[in-house]
Order: sequence, then C-alpha cells, then structure tokens
Amino acid sequence: MSANIDHLKEEHHQPSGLMRWITTTNHKDIGSLYLWFSLLMFFVGGLMALIIRAELFQPGLQFVVPGFFNQMTTMHALIMIFGAVMPAFVGLANWQLPMMIGAPDMALPRLNNWSFWILPFAFTMLLSTLFFESGGPAAGWTLYPPLSLQGGNSMPFVIFSLHLLGASSILGAINVIATILNMRAPGMTLMKMPIFVWTWLITAFLLIASMPVLAGAITMLLTDRFYGTSFFTAAGGGDPVLFQHIFWFFGHPEVYILILPAFGIVSTIIPAFSRKKLFGYDSMVYATASIALLSFIVWAHHMFTVGMPLAGEIFFMFTTMLIAVPTGVKVFNWVATMWKGSMTFETPMLFALAFIILFTIGGFSGLMLAITPADFQYHDTYFVVAHFHYVLVPGAVFAIIAAVYYWLPKWTGKMYNETLGKVHFWMTTIFVNITFFPMHFVGLAGMPRRIPDYAVQFTDFNMIASVGAFGFGLSQLLFVYILFLTLKQPVTAEDKSWEGAEGLEWTLPSPAPYHSFDTPPKVE
Amino acid sequence: MSGSSYYVPHETKWPFLATVALIIMFIGLANYMNDESNLTLTYTGLALLLLVVYGWFSYVVNESEGGLYDAQVDMSFRWGMAWFIFSEVMFFAAFFGALYYARELSLPWLAGEGSKVSTNQELWPTFENVWPSNGPANVGGEFIVMKAAGIPALNTIILLISGLTVTWAHHGLKEGKRNQLILGLTATVLLGFIFVGFQAYEYSHAYNDLNLKMTSGMYGSTFYMLTGFHGFHVTLGAIMLTVILFRCIRGHFTNENHFGFEAVAWYWHFVDVVWLGLFVFVYWL
Repeated sequence: MSANIDHLKEEHHQPSGLMRWITTTNHKDIGSLYLWFSLLMFFVGGLMALIIRAELFQPGLQFVVPGFFNQMTTMHALIMIFGAVMPAFVGLANWQLPMMIGAPDMALPRLNNWSFWILPFAFTMLLSTLFFESGGPAAGWTLYPPLSLQGGNSMPFVIFSLHLLGASSILGAINVIATILNMRAPGMTLMKMPIFVWTWLITAFLLIASMPVLAGAITMLLTDRFYGTSFFTAAGGGDPVLFQHIFWFFGHPEVYILILPAFGIVSTIIPAFSRKKLFGYDSMVYATASIALLSFIVWAHHMFTVGMPLAGEIFFMFTTMLIAVPTGVKVFNWVATMWKGSMTFETPMLFALAFIILFTIGGFSGLMLAITPADFQYHDTYFVVAHFHYVLVPGAVFAIIAAVYYWLPKWTGKMYNETLGKVHFWMTTIFVNITFFPMHFVGLAGMPRRIPDYAVQFTDFNMIASVGAFGFGLSQLLFVYILFLTLKQPVTAEDKSWEGAEGLEWTLPSPAPYHSFDTPPKVE
Repeated sequence: MSGSSYYVPHETKWPFLATVALIIMFIGLANYMNDESNLTLTYTGLALLLLVVYGWFSYVVNESEGGLYDAQVDMSFRWGMAWFIFSEVMFFAAFFGALYYARELSLPWLAGEGSKVSTNQELWPTFENVWPSNGPANVGGEFIVMKAAGIPALNTIILLISGLTVTWAHHGLKEGKRNQLILGLTATVLLGFIFVGFQAYEYSHAYNDLNLKMTSGMYGSTFYMLTGFHGFHVTLGAIMLTVILFRCIRGHFTNENHFGFEAVAWYWHFVDVVWLGLFVFVYWL
C-alpha cells in the first residue's frame, strides 16, 4: 500500500500536448481552458448574432428562412449565456480565487477538470442539432411549451446538453464555495476577502440553488413530449404557464449569475486606478447578498402579460423595483470610490468606467420594464432586447474584457499594447451603443422581438443597429490580435503590474507560479 | 485555513472519461426517444460510466486509505457533499412546485375560479376541481388513487427505521464496535432495497389494477415524477450504502476519520426527509 501511495504522491511527470490539457487538475490550466473556450463560443454566438443582424438590415426576407432565423436567435442566446459569459466567469474564478485567498489550488481539483470538460462535449451536442434534417431548437432559449414541444428531433439533444451544462455549473459552483470557505490564508476572515471573491461566493450559491430547478423544468418538458405526462397541458390539469414560473425561478437568479462576478471585477478595478480603497466595502457585500436573495422572489416580472392574478402582478412589480436599491448602493459606491482619487485611464479602467455608465442605462430600462402596466406595452418588443443587451454586453462582457486586460500581465508576465487596448475600447464602446441604443426606439415603437421581418417604418434604426453589430464584431477581432501580440512578447511585467492594485495575487511573481501559494501567506 | 500539506492531485483521466461516457449515454437516449435507434448506445454509455465511476472511486479510496487527505481536505469534501445535497433539494423543489401549482392554482382556475371563469365556461363548463385529478379532459381515463395507508405507510416506516439503523451503525463506527457497525449498515442496505422492491410492486399494481399511469393527467404526472425521481435516489443511496458496507467489512475507516461513511449517511437522511414530504403531499393530503 505505501509504495502505491508514494507513487500517487510523487510529483508526476507532466504529460505534454493535448493530454496535458485533458488530464490537468491545475486551477490555472483549467482557468485558461475556460477562458479560451469562452472566447471561441463568443465568436460562434457572435456569428449567429451577425446572421440575425444581416437579415434584419432590411425588411423582407434576404438571407435566411424564418425557421433558421428562429434557430439563430435560440442558439445565439444559449451559446452566449452558457458558453461565453458563464465559462468566462468560471475561468476568471479559477485563475483568481486561489491567488486572491492565498491557496495552492482549488479545493476539489479533479471536479474542476470535470466541470470544464463537460462543456466542449455538451456544446458539440447542442451545435450538432443545427445540422439535423429538422434543424436545431427554434422556440427561443426559454423553451416555452407548447411551442418547444412541437420542435423536431433536436429537442432531447438540447435538453440533455442543458442537463450537462447545468451539472457542470453546479460542480463548478460547489468547488468555488468549498475553495472560498475552506482554503483561505490564515487571518483572511470573510469580511477581509477581496470583493471579487465575495461576489463569486454569492454567485456560486445562486448557481447551486437555481440550476437544478432548470434541470427539473426541462425534465418535465421531456416527459411531456415523450412519455405522455401533462405538466404543461391544460387538458390534463397542468398549465403551460407553470413552465414559465419554474423556468424563471431559475432564470432570474441566472441573470444575476451573469452579472454579480462582473460587479466584483469592476469593484476591483475602479479602486486600483483611482488609487483609493473601495468605498463602502461592507455595504458592497451586503448589497450583493441582497441582490442575490431578492433574485428568488422577482421571477414573474418576466411574464407580466401571461395572465397572472393582480396580486401577483403587484407583488412582483414591487420586489423587482426593490432590487434597484442595492444596485444603487453599488453604483454610488463606485462613483464615491473615484471621488477625489488620482485616476488614470488604462484600458481596464476604461472598460470598467464604461461598465458603470452603460450598465446603469440597462438598469434603468430594467426599472421601466418592472412597472407592470408599462410592461404590457414593452413586453416581447425590441425594448426588452435593448435592455438585456445593455446589461449583458457593456455589462457582463465589458467586465470580462476589463478583467482580462487587468490580470493578463499577472497570468502571462507580459503587458498588452496600451494604445491598441484603447483603440479596442473606443471601437467596442462606440459600436455597442450604435448596435443596441436604436433598439430602444424601435422597441418602444412596437417592433416585436424574434422575428426575421418587420414593418418598413423600423428600417432606419435597424440598419443602424446592423452596421453597429458588424463593427462590434470586427472590433473583437482586434481583441484577439492584441491577445496574440501580447503572448508573443518576452516576459517583462512586474509582480505588481498596476500602481494602485491591491491583493495577494500581486505579491506573486508575474507570470504566477504553477501552484499559487505552496505556503499560505499571512493576512493580518 | 490553508496549509502547505493540502493534497492537490496531479493529472487525472477520470473526469474526461466520465464525460465521454455521459455523452455516449445521452446521444443514445436522445436517438432512442426520437425513435431513431434502440438502446444499445445508451447501455454502452452507461456501462462505460459505471466502469469510470468504479475506477475513479477506487482511486480516491486508495488515496484516502493511504492517508493523503488531511483535515482540511476532509473539510473540502464536507462542504462539497453538503452543497451537492442542497442542489438535489432544489431539484426536488421544482417537482414539488409543479404539484403545488397544479393543486392550488391551475386546477382551480380550470374549474373557473377567480378571473379565469371564461376558460371554464368556454372550454370545460362541467369541470370541477377535485384532487386527485387528471384534468378537465379526463386524460388517460378513470383511475384509482394510490392510498397512503398501504404500502406507502409501510415504506415510510421502513425508511424511518433505516434512518435509525444507519445512525446506530455510525455510533458503532465511532465507538469501535465493529459488529454493531456491520449489522446496522447491513440492515440499512436491506431496508433500502426492500423499499425499492415495494415501490416497484406498487408501480405494477398501479399500472395493472388501478389504471394509474404516467399518462393519467396531472395526478399521474406528479405522482410518477416525484416518486420515480425519489425511488431513483433511494436506489443510488442503497448502492452507495452497499459500497460503504463492503468498505467497512474490509476494515476501512477509523473512528476519527470516516467521511465516506458520513457522506452516504447524510445522503440517506436527505432521501428519507424527501420521502416524508412525498408521503404527506403526494399520498396523504
């Protein structure tokens, strides 16, 4: 037995090539896998968005048939949510959490490997449905019955791939929680943790609480379609609306899963480039926790027009508006952090600043949508599309890009080209607004979402949006170019790459060693 | 708190193989559901998955018995298992939510309650809301309800006793009473499988004699989804207990260090508590 164990414990000769990545248990390797995978999916999902925008450049049908258009809107959402934004945040968590809390690695390294490797398989299965004779899923990413029950052969594949993605997220979240609760350096109490760690702890809780509910909902879809159950059929005593309730009980926490880590990133970057401590750390933590808890009692604001009792409409309207309070606390704290700071405007800071302004626009349109009687007008229009793209693109995606620029010197030991970074920022920010701002107008004027054709009076704004979308897509090629340019450089970055940066990760050399902290640092 | 001795395993092939097995299983199952193939691929994937699980767990058990896991690793496992069980709770919550929604909202609305009166008048004017229901269209035809008093009550007693025997076994482990440990655990495993057997008998009775099927409207849907999903968990739990029993017989675990045992015991108690919810809301009320 002991010989066997010596064999297990000895420093293994690291396999090379593909096997290294398949078998790795290292949080940095897995973090890189997540981030590269996310970038790939960002472009796959982006390509679908461009197909949508090309079709919508003019009224009438130009490039695709309506059925394929619907597959594009459905797949674009599924890929961007589950393939681009969530894996990017998990990748950042993998890279940063052990370094930030002074741990050697994640708490459960094999599980970590598993949560990543589920993704490429599940997405291959999901994407393969596009090549089926009956096409891919076309009922929208929300998979509402009865429409989703009437799809082609893709349906069980989509559902099983979502099961797998959910399992991956839950395993990843369990790992994050175990790491944060159990692996902190001596002296790092909960209220001394970096704010990014806090936001991820709360995000992980949201994941574990909400992903299984999605699994339950889609399992019922599956049995309704193939085994004759009546969950979502009124004739048997069920209700299609039941699906919407269960789905959004998952779906609303899910949208905070997509934004809370972004809050953590912005709360890290703003103080670093303002050369001040984060204003109101404690209130930031409590605000994040409040947002998370509230997210479980607001779900029906996604379905105000479905025919709920008045009491339900009013309850969900007020709980939803309540979320503006902790969110307001956050925005106030970010602004107060910058107040009288010695600010500089490097690329990560620019993205973080744009985040604050543009995310707040998305937050305000969210407040408009929260007002039940007003929502009756906005529901299922492009106004909703404008709203959630403002919180997700200049929100979540900007924060991810900011984080990559901010931590890239720590990860690689190499500094990106600041001029190109700024060009990337300005192109991205200008085009993101050209793309999504006009959607507010066509939405308020009544253009419905998820249609390949539209009334002629919406043409001008749609043309502008399409031009913006292609510009945005091209700008991201510049991002990839900057990344490759950086990676080709020699190692020059200092341990502490930014003058105002704080945190344990900056005490490590750049690039950070393979095992972050073999001996835990002392936090006083 | 972190120590330099924290065991970080090096490369592993198991997670990747587990994913391959899962994907084979799911592709097979999806094709089967679409009537495009038989279950060969599914069973292949399942068999592969079982091999992987066996291999992965053997590896971990070896590491554990070799003393690679210190108290901090042990704590990571505890957090991991606790949050995994919480995720299972939320999985069941979705199905309990469906049951609650049908009984409290959708069926009363179909019967014309509140503002939904026109649905009832236009579509099903004669429908009245009486639970159990297979809906206004009498989906699946008349059926007889599964009574709480017979097998379900017996199964409740079986599971409750099994909760006691596993705790008794745990005390045996902690106090070094080996016979008590093995006896208690054996009893728990037997009770678990007896429960599953009774459940299977109940299903065949429901299908053959009561015309109570998955297709019996909302009652049949929630009944089979909740009890079926629970039965699946009991089966898993009983298999896990069996593995722990074999490990105990082999002399694994010490009175101080036996997280594997405790994790399965937690899981078993969780399955037990869910059953109480089922017994009350599915069978009784």
